[in-house]
Amino acid sequence: MPEAPAQNVAADPKMCASDVKVHYGDKLALKGVSLDFRPNEVTALIGPSGCGKSTFLRCLNRMNDTIGAATVSGQVTLDGDELYGPNAIDPVLLRMRVGMVFQKPNPFPKSIYDNVAFGPRIHGLYRDNDHLDHIVETALEKAGLWHEVKDRLYEKGTGISGGQQQRLCIARAIAVAPEVILMDEPCSALDPIATAKVEELIDELRENFTIIIVTHSMQQAARVSQRTAFFHLGDLVEVGDTEQIFTAPAQQLTQGYITGRFG
Amino acid sequence: MPTIGDQHIVKSYDEALKRLHDALARMAGLTETQLHKAIEALEKRDSDLASQVMNADHEIDEAEHFINDQTVRVLALRAPVADDLRQVISALKVAGDIERIADHAANAAKRSLVLNQLPPVAPMRSLVRMGKLVAELLGEVLNAYLTNDAERALAVRSRDQEVDDLYSSLFREILTYMMEDPRTITSCSHLMFIAKNIERVGDHATNIAEQAYFVATGRSLNDQRPKRDTSAFEGVVQD
Repeated sequence: MPEAPAQNVAADPKMCASDVKVHYGDKLALKGVSLDFRPNEVTALIGPSGCGKSTFLRCLNRMNDTIGAATVSGQVTLDGDELYGPNAIDPVLLRMRVGMVFQKPNPFPKSIYDNVAFGPRIHGLYRDNDHLDHIVETALEKAGLWHEVKDRLYEKGTGISGGQQQRLCIARAIAVAPEVILMDEPCSALDPIATAKVEELIDELRENFTIIIVTHSMQQAARVSQRTAFFHLGDLVEVGDTEQIFTAPAQQLTQGYITGRFG
Repeated sequence: MPTIGDQHIVKSYDEALKRLHDALARMAGLTETQLHKAIEALEKRDSDLASQVMNADHEIDEAEHFINDQTVRVLALRAPVADDLRQVISALKVAGDIERIADHAANAAKRSLVLNQLPPVAPMRSLVRMGKLVAELLGEVLNAYLTNDAERALAVRSRDQEVDDLYSSLFREILTYMMEDPRTITSCSHLMFIAKNIERVGDHATNIAEQAYFVATGRSLNDQRPKRDTSAFEGVVQD
């Protein structure tokens, strides 16, 4: 497991969630979760299916807005800016600052270049075409994909392998220079080698971004994260340093889940 | 609603962990017997019993190999975490300690064969007393380990001081005997080595106590246990 960078103890958290509740219609899916995310750290959210971890992740860039029946209460802040309520920041701006990578690679049916250039184009983040070329190249470099695709930038993004597509989606997410990247089971559709590449990438990206990852693979949480949060039935049961969670968890429930005694 | 059970969802995982636990329990039992027999051989000047101890040592070595293999297997195939991980890692370390304890018992037995050919010497009584204390502590600590009892392990750990004190006074007693009657030097030198063997058993028992505490609680005992075995300074001229 990668070592956490030396943290200034007083360093402000990048994102803070306090008492976040989510209802899907009458059903309370998330029962008041408070959790802070430190800058330049990877936080893994683990827990059995239906525990609320993906629901919680989607609260962090207001993806739940797109689900009609979902209502969110509580507050989430990004560097002090409120995500919900009357003073909330513009969701479009928010999603530029908080990018997302999904379970299944979902490149647009456009060229590799256009996939990465999409965000900078709609947000107007480039001066001229040379600058846009530079942004695309840098994003693909950071995603570890440049050398594999530099001669086929104008081929379809959907034509490359699954692992490459997922790294393309990561390149697309980082092209708009977000501050936080959310990942919802980014490796569950990938083979072990592609998974290893994405995990290595996550570790490198941590230098510049704050990363929050939902994963069903306990070993992946152990490998890539510095902090791990365990969710169960809509509650945050335990959060701690990943090393502590996997060697001596404080809660019986956490221990039962990670050791596979949960039935 | 999901609940936490004592058992893993995958039954063969439980079986693998049980195999490891049972092998360790068996190894522990064998070694306790070895130590008891070695002390009895010293006390009763019983060379047959001493030979039995020496000949049985390979069984403990084999048990250790089996435990090492099982540990590697569980680590490779199951990637254990949390209490499972602690149990597996500690099994490896404790098996190492037990193997050393058995070696010390066999070594004591080997020296007793020489002692039995020489006239008895008086410090043997103190040595046997120390041996019985260490054997008792070892039994306690192995039970604490095998039953996940952190408190009992701590209690045994704190009693290692008694062993160190006995060892220090035995050291002086043996020195005195050798000075008074140089004809006892051969016997007394062997006694000295046996005393060291037994003192080392006490130290390994302490290690096992620390592992028991770690397995049960997830915390390491970091505070240094005070060492009051002063024999290392014996004979130093005071200012």
